[in-house]
Amino acid sequence: MMLSYPLVFAALLFSVGVYGVLTRRNAVLVLMSVEIMLAAATINLVVFGQLAAANLGDSVLSGQVFALFVIAVGAAEVGVGLAIVLLMYRNRASVNIDDADLMKF
Amino acid sequence: MTVYDVVMLAIAVIGGAAALLVVTARNVVHAALYLVVTLLAVAGTFLVVGAEFLAWTQVLVYVGAVVVLILFGLMLTRAPIGPMAQHNDNARLGLLVSVSLFGFLATMILSAFGDAALPLSVTTAGDLGDVLYVHWAFPFMALGFLLTVSLIGAIILARREEGEGPEPLMEPGMPTSRPEPAASDASSTPGVTRPSEELPRA
Repeated sequence: MMLSYPLVFAALLFSVGVYGVLTRRNAVLVLMSVEIMLAAATINLVVFGQLAAANLGDSVLSGQVFALFVIAVGAAEVGVGLAIVLLMYRNRASVNIDDADLMKF
Repeated sequence: MTVYDVVMLAIAVIGGAAALLVVTARNVVHAALYLVVTLLAVAGTFLVVGAEFLAWTQVLVYVGAVVVLILFGLMLTRAPIGPMAQHNDNARLGLLVSVSLFGFLATMILSAFGDAALPLSVTTAGDLGDVLYVHWAFPFMALGFLLTVSLIGAIILARREEGEGPEPLMEPGMPTSRPEPAASDASSTPGVTRPSEELPRA
């Protein structure tokens, strides 16, 4: 299989995630865009891990193990992130991230 | 062009289109459902490159848990479900940044790996478990600790503390939702003795 296909797919997902993070208003939708970017990073880890296992003789599957860690950290991140969004909604009655400017200089 | 190439291209097209719909959908619930398609495409990519355990982990964790969590987040924050403008004023700038980022990344990838082939090999769950519980045992335990801490942190953050947040709207005359703790309540609770009710020391 061509190596560039999954890599370009991951680049597309990452760019789309960047667009979502920069332009979405709703904090939950921003979290979803962050999840898309994490998925793109995971694809890169898996693909280069397979390449290293085939070409460099990486016998401990570093890429897949790191991808597994990224999946777990992403699950933890979305849990804490949604808790923060709920707290913001409870205190300010809004999930618009433009309203969260208390620490803005 | 092998069958893997065709499957990978189809997955990339479907996943990319769904990701574009996630960030452009005007209905937030539709965006969450398009996210399911995107994450399934990512799982399909894992299957094509031979990481089968990761593919099913992706399906279980992301499609099964994270999307449900996000849907609950949309529900609990009473997000405007109907179609409405969801983008802020930076849409044009964000489009410029992301398109130029994609152009840069795609150019670099195609110039570096344009004709390289990925040798495919299947990694079974047993292979991954062999290295995960032996070679990666300590990072794996650290990951479990991280998950525990984040679970506790999420509970502490999302818990409604006494007297915090807006009062619930109530008609006058309705019973208050937060009754003052009466003495009879505390004394009638099994297993709880108040200091004044302790037996006098003989």
